[in-house]
Amino acid sequence: MQTETGSLYNWAMLIRKAPEFRYSEVTPKALYVRRREFIQAAAAATVGAGAALLSGETARARAQGARAKLPNVRKSKFSTTDEKLNSFEDITSYNNYYEFGTDKDDPARNAHRLVTRPWTIRVEGLVKTPATFDIDSFIKPHPLEERIYRLRCVESWSMVIPWIGFPLADVIKRLEPLPSAKFIEFTTLNDAKQMPGLRVPVLDWPYVEGLRMDEAMHPLTILSVGLYGEVLPNQNGAPIRLVVPWKYGFKSIKSIVRIRFTDQQPRTSWNVANPREYGFYSNVNPTVDHPRWSQASERRLGEFFRRKTLMFNGYGDQVAQLYSGMDLRKFY
Amino acid sequence: MTRFAIFRWGIVAAALVPAAALVYWTLTGDLSANPIDFITDTTGTTALTLLVCTLTVTPLRRVTARNELIRLRRTLGLLAFFYACLHMLTWVVLDWFFDVDSMVADVMKRPFITMGMTTFLLLVPLAATSTAGMIRRLGRRWQQLHRLVYVAAVTAVIHFWWVVKADFRQPRLWALALCVLFGFRAWWSVQNRALAARRLTS
Repeated sequence: MQTETGSLYNWAMLIRKAPEFRYSEVTPKALYVRRREFIQAAAAATVGAGAALLSGETARARAQGARAKLPNVRKSKFSTTDEKLNSFEDITSYNNYYEFGTDKDDPARNAHRLVTRPWTIRVEGLVKTPATFDIDSFIKPHPLEERIYRLRCVESWSMVIPWIGFPLADVIKRLEPLPSAKFIEFTTLNDAKQMPGLRVPVLDWPYVEGLRMDEAMHPLTILSVGLYGEVLPNQNGAPIRLVVPWKYGFKSIKSIVRIRFTDQQPRTSWNVANPREYGFYSNVNPTVDHPRWSQASERRLGEFFRRKTLMFNGYGDQVAQLYSGMDLRKFY
Repeated sequence: MTRFAIFRWGIVAAALVPAAALVYWTLTGDLSANPIDFITDTTGTTALTLLVCTLTVTPLRRVTARNELIRLRRTLGLLAFFYACLHMLTWVVLDWFFDVDSMVADVMKRPFITMGMTTFLLLVPLAATSTAGMIRRLGRRWQQLHRLVYVAAVTAVIHFWWVVKADFRQPRLWALALCVLFGFRAWWSVQNRALAARRLTS
């Protein structure tokens, strides 16, 4: 019964518009209970379930059946607190995830094909014990935190997103890379059966991203497994993705299947595709334009006027020292 | 109304569907999480589509030997211009909200904006001289002036090409369409010249 109402609830959420609660205003406890909405949604579901069946939305609804609450999420002092969050609807319907298609709504439409359990992560390279982890045992040792971060896309739009995750630094410490490891490289799943976008050679698949080790160890860098208190939706990079808030969004690689420690700077996908336009570092920097467009301003989704883009996406106090002495025009 | 008039109004109605859809989606709040981008994309793509449609009229007329088709050329051209205006207005009003300095900087520094602006400026005199009176007044020069549409089509495709990040399938398709359309014209012009030469020698 529990599961049945649960899935009805999920159907209902799909059919109805984005829930209109103001996340920033509810108490954490209320967030996990949300009983009134649940009852309302269940009522709407009796109508909605039928409509879903008729409109062929069931596959998508089933895929989103993973919309389960994540328990015991702690707040974090690294969250931004004074900015309005983008809605769950915005965050999950407007995505750059080319493995599912290059239009912004393609990921939301196609990502239900992604199977996130079972899922394994291969850890290899310059590490004490190379190993393959099951996703759940990989996540389990880490207490979950909510990190409300700004996300600045290289296409000059931005959002504020309440991620759930844990510091990458904690993972790295657990994995014990060798002292010779200078970089960490991540790889996304490369399975055209689940990811129709892979049939188009838009990028040199699989998608690869990487960080310098000190960037990876920085307390702001997290691996995310959820958002808005729930399990990460597929189109946002389930089951596990990187979030590096002071870099352009494409650095925050999604659906990770491989982590490799290396002494060479990783060949990252966008950098390989167009080295002049996308550097390895790709720190948000309003003073260094993309060769084809300005990075001085951005449009926060949901706002009309552009706002000025902040150096390191506003995280300069925390991260600027990582790049002291570096010419950021050269290392863009 | 003649059958052709109905056909022409049908085309006008079809061409106005994207604009109507934008109005409808504005009212229902379905313009995606980034409405300004969505409107920009929709108006731009529609303008290019209609511009290319304009260029298909003449080849179509030759192939089908239906001369009345020529009357669609201005209709389609003006519809293309209508969407180009919407596209431009989106940029001026929604994207920059009349921030003249930023817009000037954009046009000067961003090649894809430069191309877009060039396309628009090329279309303005064509739309302005599209009336019967203008055609009469300009005579032979009208034909010459309106060859600018070929330049505008090329700059429009370049504009599209340069704004794309990695997935070039669409601009490539448009470039191919232009090549085919220009190919027709080149082929016919060669044939005509050969024909004229033969007449001269015989």
